[in-house]
Amino acid sequence: MPASSRAVLQLSAIVKRYAPDRPAVLDGIDMELGQGEYVAIMGESGVGKSTLLNLMAGLDRPDAGRILFEGADLGGLDDDSATLLRRERMGFVFQAFHVLPYMTVADNVGLPLDLAGASPAERAPRVETMLDRVGLAGYGQRYPRELSGGETQRVAIARALVHRPRLLLADEPTGNLDPRTASLVLELLRDCVHAEGASGVLITHSRAAADTADRILLLDGRRLSPAQPAR
Amino acid sequence: MSSFGAVVRAVSLGRLRGQPGRLTVTVAAIALGVSLATAVFVINAGALNEFGLAARKLVGAADVIVRGPRQGFDESVFVRLAQEPGIDVASPVLELEVVPLGGHPPLKVMAVDPFRAAPMQPELLAGVGRDLMALFEPGAVALSAEAARELAVRAGDVLSVRAGAGTYDLRVVAVMPADAYAQRLALMDIATAQWVFDRVGRINRIDLRLEQGRDVGRLRERLAAVLPAGVNALNPGVERDRAAEVTRAYRVNLNMLALVALLTGAFLVFSTQALSILRRRSALALLRAVGATRRQLELALLLEGLLLGAAGSLVGVVLGQVVASLALARLGGDLGGGFFGGLEVVARPQPVVLAAFLVIGTAVAAIGAWLPAREAAATSPSRALKSGDAEQAAARLRPVWPGAAVGLVGAACAWLPPVGGLPVFGYVSVAALLAAGVMLVPAAAARLLDAVPSPAAVTWKTALAQLRGSASQSAVSLAAIIVSFSLMVAMAIMVYSFRESFERWLGEVLPADLHVRVASSSDTAYWTPADQEAIADLDGIQRIRFQRWQEAYLAPDRPPVAVIAREVSRDPTQALPLVRGADFELPAGAVPTWVSEAVTDLYGIDVGDTLELPLAGRRFDLVVAGVWRDYGRSTGALVVDRDWYIARTGDETASHVAIWLAPGASAEDVARRIRGRFERGEDLQVLTGTAIRELSLRVFDRAFAVTYLLEAVAVVIGLIGVSFAFSSQALARRAEFGMLRHVGMLRRQVVGMLAGEGAIMSALGVLYGLTLGFVLSLVLVYVINRQSFNWSIDVALPWVQLALLGAVLVAAASVTAMLSGRAATSAQAVRAVREDW
Repeated sequence: MPASSRAVLQLSAIVKRYAPDRPAVLDGIDMELGQGEYVAIMGESGVGKSTLLNLMAGLDRPDAGRILFEGADLGGLDDDSATLLRRERMGFVFQAFHVLPYMTVADNVGLPLDLAGASPAERAPRVETMLDRVGLAGYGQRYPRELSGGETQRVAIARALVHRPRLLLADEPTGNLDPRTASLVLELLRDCVHAEGASGVLITHSRAAADTADRILLLDGRRLSPAQPAR
Repeated sequence: MSSFGAVVRAVSLGRLRGQPGRLTVTVAAIALGVSLATAVFVINAGALNEFGLAARKLVGAADVIVRGPRQGFDESVFVRLAQEPGIDVASPVLELEVVPLGGHPPLKVMAVDPFRAAPMQPELLAGVGRDLMALFEPGAVALSAEAARELAVRAGDVLSVRAGAGTYDLRVVAVMPADAYAQRLALMDIATAQWVFDRVGRINRIDLRLEQGRDVGRLRERLAAVLPAGVNALNPGVERDRAAEVTRAYRVNLNMLALVALLTGAFLVFSTQALSILRRRSALALLRAVGATRRQLELALLLEGLLLGAAGSLVGVVLGQVVASLALARLGGDLGGGFFGGLEVVARPQPVVLAAFLVIGTAVAAIGAWLPAREAAATSPSRALKSGDAEQAAARLRPVWPGAAVGLVGAACAWLPPVGGLPVFGYVSVAALLAAGVMLVPAAAARLLDAVPSPAAVTWKTALAQLRGSASQSAVSLAAIIVSFSLMVAMAIMVYSFRESFERWLGEVLPADLHVRVASSSDTAYWTPADQEAIADLDGIQRIRFQRWQEAYLAPDRPPVAVIAREVSRDPTQALPLVRGADFELPAGAVPTWVSEAVTDLYGIDVGDTLELPLAGRRFDLVVAGVWRDYGRSTGALVVDRDWYIARTGDETASHVAIWLAPGASAEDVARRIRGRFERGEDLQVLTGTAIRELSLRVFDRAFAVTYLLEAVAVVIGLIGVSFAFSSQALARRAEFGMLRHVGMLRRQVVGMLAGEGAIMSALGVLYGLTLGFVLSLVLVYVINRQSFNWSIDVALPWVQLALLGAVLVAAASVTAMLSGRAATSAQAVRAVREDW
């Protein structure tokens, strides 16, 4: 899907280093993510992919440069404001799933709605819809320990999108899955992002995974550069 | 490196090196539990040892002790025994409690024939040294070093004592060295004592040493046939045991505290080790997967438990010895309770005892490690590697039947009789019920958590879900605090019930406005009939009741019972705190007596039974007309009518007067008139009923002050355990907190969630602890207290105290959980979602 002209996320001349006397992990990163766009950021281990994701999520601040999310400067937000922004407008999918083992599938998926203060009447149908969308209709009352790895990651995808975020950030979401399941999950992730009208950033070191995105960026030598999709 | 060495390194060394803080807490927790138990034991053993030593010195080298009531028996008995064949030395003794003037406590006087006593009590007499002859001088007395110190007198000084209602000046001729006798004691020549204290021709003890080869048992049998009623020939061991009887209340209290300390420590070690192993199950499974055998894993974990246990126990025994020394130096052998009056106890390090506690602490830690280690090693690696397996493993503790079975055993033990006068099965019952209570915690926690309604707020909802999902693990972490809290509740209920019953009892036994005694406790201070008349004639008195206290032996192997001769009104329920026999119809012509509960417990006598009372060398049959509650004497007391007593014994003296004031009369005026009527009247004890009640309650509270202190320490140990459990749980859940922060949970919401978990879990723990504590308190009140002290207590619940304690505990646990979670929710920790789990 082509990106709309309005940028959801803008990174300008981002510099990040972990110690003043050490070289920058990211040095002069520029990037723009359009409305409804799904971008993959590829790179080898240790090039700073996760650091970039933390900056996009407002979990970390750049040493130089600016990050605008829907016009708001993430670097200027305090911890509470950044958290509230994530709560309302971002969704996350992690490599290790991170679903809560002590909650049912439905409660895991509904967690962002609970945090947003949704009423049960609003919550239940939305959770049902999302479970249906990720192919887990009827799984609501199960516990994560009863699910396979692929099913667990679908729960995480449903949770990431249940509150209709503007931006989905996925960090190696298929790193713990077998190739066939990984392929299914990646397609599901892309379709869901598009269906919900969100924008998405997929962090991966896998070319196959990156190929599911609309656009691929390569992070190498502290810089981002565009790469052509293989297909 | 051997393969076992590699397993040990992988399992434990990483933990030992990588988490020094957490290890320090574990070792400190073990050390605290062991130190508390060690300190209590060392103090208890030290006090008992000193007491035993003192008793042995008084008994000396006697083979047989002929013992009569304190008022004594005719000294012709001594003359007869001294001529008995087979007796090498016979030494007459008059033991008295004498009251020195100046507000000092009663002083034990042992009056002997110095030449006959020298071979019997060589250490005592050697203490008098070359001044032995001086004991024969008129009014001469030799004092132990402790008595001289307390009375602030030296050799050559005058010591004024009460004799009857008058006074007498004794002369201190020698002060014995401190090692001759550690307690307060005065030695006198028997003739001098008999004359000064109006006991001419009376003695109350004869020490006998037999010729070599004589059969002691046969002699005792022969003597039993010729001795007057109430005078018994005893084995010296019985005499020494009797000395220990007076400290029974104190020792039972301390034993209970040692049990609290030991059990709390044991459960703390168990839960700490169990949780630590539960949380390392994935790592352990990984080791199994790469080739470590079950046995190697099990042994490595056992070794870890042993090492931690040994380190903690070593610190604990050293700390315990230091605490015991400090406590003894500051508070004395009775820890401020006032039971041992002047007994100086030193906490000498006893290597065997310390080694025993070292072994016990280490063994408990090893067992705590071994049980979960066995389970972890036996689990298949594939299952253990799956997330959430720790809870599955802990959930295996949920079956109800083992706990129920142990509980039934505990309940059954509560019905068994004492062993050798000690509530052995009572203690077993408490331990079994406590163990059952802890074993049932996982099942109870799961059910209680299911019953908690789901809250709307997301933090509380998540907290509750987390607790429901890890109920069994949380239950294990709560075990130590449940143990210490339930024991504290049990003790609090017991002490409160005792205090309430004691206060009510004081009101019943002290109905008069004014109570007057020549001394608080003495054989040699009393009022003659002329004194009694003089008091009765004073202005401002509406009614007066005189009372005489004596002693009688109902059985040769038991301490004497107190015989209280007093006027008993026609309705004894108005004069005595009767628990049975209020409606008893006395058979015509029968002589009534009202016995304390201890007499019924110890001698198997009840209302309507006939009691044979040895008094003044004769035996009298009395019918038990009622049973009353007596908190003054755990060895038994009985009340007889004073007119009957005077008629049978000729003893018209009185030791206590109860006075009801005339309308408008003031207690101060009447007290002043009584004091003015007698020589050194300011030394007389003249107290209002209210003042005695207040004084008694102060003594009561002081006696239990250390109890509360030690219980508080036990609860603090429990809280340390909870803190440890929370902090390790928080660390293990870092990735979870990271995810929650990603999806929009504020840091304070995460901390609030942890506080919520702490509050919910500790509130359940408090509720559970209250219930378990109440059950344990019933065993304490109806079994341990009854079998130890032979008196009953009405159960009363200290609601306010318990509610306050529960609230403090919930607050403390919540704060602990919050603090534990703070580090785990830091900005750095948010990135923990990148860690695999």
